[in-house]
Amino acid sequence: MCDQTFMAATFGPCDSCGKTGPLMNIYIKNEPVNYCSFCVEVMAYRGLQKGETLETLRQESDTLKKKLEEERGKLNDVELHQVAEKIEVVGALSIKTRRVLKGHGNKVLCMDWCKDKRRLVSSSQDGKVIVWDGFTLNKENGVSLPCTWVMACAYAPSGCAVALGDGLDNKCSVIPLSLDKNENLATKKKSVAMHTNYVSGCTFTSSDMQILTSSGDGSCALWDVESGQLLQSFHGHTADVLSLDLSPSETGNTFVSGGCDKKSCVWDMRSGQNIQTFENHESDINCVKYYPSGDAFASASDDATCRLYDLRADREVAIYQKDSIIFGASSVDFSLSGRLLFAGYNDYSINVWDVLKVTRVSILFGHENRISRVCVSPDGTALCSASWDHTLRIWA
Amino acid sequence: MSGSSNIAAMKKIVQQLRLEAGINRVKVSQAAAELQQFCLQNAQQDPLLTGMSSSNNPFRPQKVCSFL
Repeated sequence: MCDQTFMAATFGPCDSCGKTGPLMNIYIKNEPVNYCSFCVEVMAYRGLQKGETLETLRQESDTLKKKLEEERGKLNDVELHQVAEKIEVVGALSIKTRRVLKGHGNKVLCMDWCKDKRRLVSSSQDGKVIVWDGFTLNKENGVSLPCTWVMACAYAPSGCAVALGDGLDNKCSVIPLSLDKNENLATKKKSVAMHTNYVSGCTFTSSDMQILTSSGDGSCALWDVESGQLLQSFHGHTADVLSLDLSPSETGNTFVSGGCDKKSCVWDMRSGQNIQTFENHESDINCVKYYPSGDAFASASDDATCRLYDLRADREVAIYQKDSIIFGASSVDFSLSGRLLFAGYNDYSINVWDVLKVTRVSILFGHENRISRVCVSPDGTALCSASWDHTLRIWA
Repeated sequence: MSGSSNIAAMKKIVQQLRLEAGINRVKVSQAAAELQQFCLQNAQQDPLLTGMSSSNNPFRPQKVCSFL
């Protein structure tokens, strides 16, 4: 059997046999190690049970995939919108732009609300991160970062810090916020996470002490903010991970991620185990968001559809699409009760979908370029949208 | 897929599929009914859905009061 080629990122002595050569970076029990290709193969052979060969494994994987399809299909006894036929239609919505936040000099890439329901943080391609007061439009804090690709930002649960994901130096940093406007916050930036490719998404877990990040290197990771230590890594995606969302349920210790491999995966935070995988989209998944009860999640994709997946039925239960919508969806969020799904698209509009009846209720126009992110405020009173037209809009 | 990592990768895939095939699932009718119940239970507290009045929603313009 000839030695096949692989992408070698490292060259040096193998951690197992000591021979110098191109090395594969693999993870054994969450520890990164570098083995030469021969040692990887030997290790894999040792792990095989009696009688297993590549062929039998391949066959087993095919039969398991078919079995999975069958099991999921057996439970599909009715469609979501059929169950929802008897309930009242959503009344006419009176949602309009109430605030326009101007101040960024370039595309706004991400935003997040603070738990106090009035402050929000936004990051843009000009390297500026601004903390706004949503009621008064006052810019409370501003940080200028040397990098120009702050693709992800998140507010800490306490409201005292923000996390920023960097697309150029592949790090996620935490900046404590201060009331002193004159203080140069950029100097207090503390690097927490380190990936081998851009950081596409970041979020604090239930406290200010841990952050979860997703990256273009195909992995997600859980970090301790204080020490910068990697607590758990999540491997399974076969391409860039573009988005993640933490489960809102109190008992839940899970999160969902979606990426360029068209898959969305649900993970157990403590064990690093991939619990469920869904492969229905026809293109990159740009955003994933949990339903408020934690029993389902929605995903937005470049294939111009948004889909709802129920975690207990373990399948896709609704597709939100229209022939007239041909541009990719970049971001989604649910209203407080989960009845409305707000989705931002690359055709500059936000479509409002009735989650249960699977119909479109309304379209919100106003932005003059692609929507990069939509986010409902913690108490559900408003929706904020960030766009490539350099502004953010608050709708209520 | 490159040959060297084939067996290791296939083994992982098979293990993952075994796990996923074995989880407990509920019928869509039941799952959908529960989603619907959650929506209806919380519908009244959803400001964007019910359209809160200006006095409650801080983002909406306040009604102007005038002296008579």
